[in-house]
Amino acid sequence: MERIKSAAQLAGLQKKLLKAQDPKRPVVRVCLGPGCLAQGAAMVSQAFKSTIKAKKLRAKVQPLIKETGCHGFCSQGTLVSLSPADLFYVRVKPEDVEEIVEASLVKGQVVERLLYSDNGARYKSAAEIPFYKMQQKIILKNVGIIDPLKIDDALMAGAYQSFAKALTQMSPEDIINTVSLSGLRGRGGGGFPTGRKWRRAADIARENPGPVYIIGNGEEGDPGAFMDRAIMEGDPHAVLEGMIIGAYALGANKGFLYVRHEYPIAIRHLSIAIEQARSLGLLGQNILGTGFDFDLQINRGAGAYVCGEETAIIASLEGRVGEPITRPPYPAQQGLWNRPTIINNVETWANVPHIIDKGAKWYTDLGVPYSTGTKIFSLVGKVKNSGLVEVPMGVTLGRIVEEIGGGVPGQERFKAVQTGGPSGGIIPYEFKDLPPADMKPARVGLSAPVPISELKKLPVDFDSMAQTGSIMGGGGMIVMDNRDCVVDVARYFLRFLQEESCGKCLPCRLGLKGMQEFLDKFSRGQGSVEDIDELKSLAQAVGDGSLCGLGGTAPNPVLTSIRYFRDEYLAHIKDHKCPAGVCKDLIIYRVDPKTCNGCTLCVRNCPQDCISGRKKKPHTINNAACIRCGACMDVCPVGAVIVE
Amino acid sequence: MSPKKKKTDDLINFTIDGQPVQARPGWTILETAEQYHIHIPTLCFHPAVKPWGGCRLCVVEVRYGKRGKVMPSCLNPPLAKLEVFTHSERVLNVRRWVLEMLLADCPASKEIRDLAREYGVTATRFTITDPEEECLRCGRCVAVCNEVVGVQALTFGSRGVNKQLDTPYRVPNNACVACGCCVTVCPTGAMSTRLDLVRGDVSRRTGHGFAH
Repeated sequence: MERIKSAAQLAGLQKKLLKAQDPKRPVVRVCLGPGCLAQGAAMVSQAFKSTIKAKKLRAKVQPLIKETGCHGFCSQGTLVSLSPADLFYVRVKPEDVEEIVEASLVKGQVVERLLYSDNGARYKSAAEIPFYKMQQKIILKNVGIIDPLKIDDALMAGAYQSFAKALTQMSPEDIINTVSLSGLRGRGGGGFPTGRKWRRAADIARENPGPVYIIGNGEEGDPGAFMDRAIMEGDPHAVLEGMIIGAYALGANKGFLYVRHEYPIAIRHLSIAIEQARSLGLLGQNILGTGFDFDLQINRGAGAYVCGEETAIIASLEGRVGEPITRPPYPAQQGLWNRPTIINNVETWANVPHIIDKGAKWYTDLGVPYSTGTKIFSLVGKVKNSGLVEVPMGVTLGRIVEEIGGGVPGQERFKAVQTGGPSGGIIPYEFKDLPPADMKPARVGLSAPVPISELKKLPVDFDSMAQTGSIMGGGGMIVMDNRDCVVDVARYFLRFLQEESCGKCLPCRLGLKGMQEFLDKFSRGQGSVEDIDELKSLAQAVGDGSLCGLGGTAPNPVLTSIRYFRDEYLAHIKDHKCPAGVCKDLIIYRVDPKTCNGCTLCVRNCPQDCISGRKKKPHTINNAACIRCGACMDVCPVGAVIVE
Repeated sequence: MSPKKKKTDDLINFTIDGQPVQARPGWTILETAEQYHIHIPTLCFHPAVKPWGGCRLCVVEVRYGKRGKVMPSCLNPPLAKLEVFTHSERVLNVRRWVLEMLLADCPASKEIRDLAREYGVTATRFTITDPEEECLRCGRCVAVCNEVVGVQALTFGSRGVNKQLDTPYRVPNNACVACGCCVTVCPTGAMSTRLDLVRGDVSRRTGHGFAH
């Protein structure tokens, strides 16, 4: 490819590409996001290619197959969208492909059975589906639309336009000002104002000349979170563009993308994107003829969750053990090789081009005061529409979970939402007992704390989330229903953090283990009521005593669950019962003889062979041999297996 | 302005437990407290090496205006007008829990038992995995070997709960010059029984590379 030497040439290339594109040509977009891939999306895409080849379609209807990033609606995968017909097919299997090609591409008809349907309504286009209708896609605008492996596709979608604007029309000072005014806050979870961070680094670099480094943090390790992954896989050029703009603003000539090794597709897509940008001259020396040099390299994280912490990333990049060190000095003052270093999450970087393009005012209009713009959440757990959701900051929790998420599947009731990953808190969905005074004071200038009875009306922004004792975090949202036990959930997250703790600080290394011992005791129905307060005090000590964010926020799941679900803890300790029916030492499975129709399914599926009973006769479970695996409950067609 | 006058200008005035103190620029809160004979317990701080901040026993509560925070005194320099509390409720809470957990983690150490008794912690509720264990992974030996001796014969292996003192690549090495610095700085004496694990087979020493 020819190197681009000026902004005019870049605009010319974009115009040329758009002109060459045939707007009438059908495009088939197959989602190759993580969820759909697991459902066999690669085979669907292959089926499209081979079917179209076999059919020898006329040139006019010869469609373009695009393998795109995540469409977001993961629970309905594999997703296929057709344009310009604006059709959206869900749960597509390879065997459906021939019908789609025949009906939709050749004859222009709709395959009704593959449309998304909910409550009797069928939706033809994605934009009408409630899941998409209530979202506002800005960062994810091109994810699922463009082919992430082709820079031409990204250019046609408008990529690198803000970058040209920033480099040719704005001074570094202008860019930092715009980002500051936009109120953009770090999307990795800390929520530190990005503009202030940049300003600090720029000031220090001015006083103390030398290299400045920028780092993109793609070490997303929260269980059940895939926001950054979707961006890196689906629109790698957005991350690159943001980083180049940031590098220009800060005078950095070298950037690093720190991506976890467990994201091979993201690493591959980013590498290809960097290669293509380099060959176009968007990275390298004398970019767009402005005399600005910048290059990026990818570094893979070696599987340590704590390496998402900025000082640990620096340690890892320098070749030291990935352990956090104390701040200050902040990386913006003294980071990589003791030089000012800006570390932002990849989602933060992907926000930058939009702010430069449309201005700070537009961005602040999107959210609420102190939390501007949009945020991507990965909505998972006991929710009908699980997937990737982008909404403006300040949208209520109820809206995300109930309207976009579609509520809990089946008969169960909503119980709680766990936000912010393993070190976030468990927020009850409905709660009426605690007075608002119990909440942490809000930031000065913000409205009064939301009364706790209306927690489902809780606006999802950095400060409101902090008030509840949880955090915004990276944007993971795990929905729980009545079949989830908070003691067990807290135990799960503690175990995760315990495995991922670096072990430097004693309160974190020993304290997480100690907290786990308390919870293990509770889940066996042991312990005393005083132990709950002891656990709270230990959690406080771990939070106070630890150095980095991992240990500092690790007690959140325990503290919030005690605060909002004390009754459930008491049920474990005093009544030796697990109300949700999860903690194995406190439950028994029983067959209801009235409902049981004697089908013997449970007898055949029991791994312990501890269910007895003949055909057409009610079965019984031998509780002495039962391991409480729940297999009988899962297979019972009439719901006769009861957990107590 | 006389040079002497300028020197006092540079001093940082703040309070520890209500007592006005002055720190030289570059001093940490812990160093300043030591100058004034205010006792702050610590297991991982050693004047010979850079502060690491691992044991977290030296935490103090710091109030600056309306904001309060618990932080390790070995790593943080004081600011003017800072109010430092070495025995506030929050601080004691951290220390007591850390000591109780240490009693379970390294039950064989007399030093830890004595320190715990000072804070009223005499028994532990946590599971003791190894009754013979003395090492609390404070990192003094690793730091002294690396920073003072300059040979890096010691390192930490594994992470989190499994963190162990080890040799690089888990093989005894020739890098060890058997100087005994690690044994000298060890706060619990755990290193004295481990030195032989580090230096390997002395009779097979070649002067280069590994002897294993």
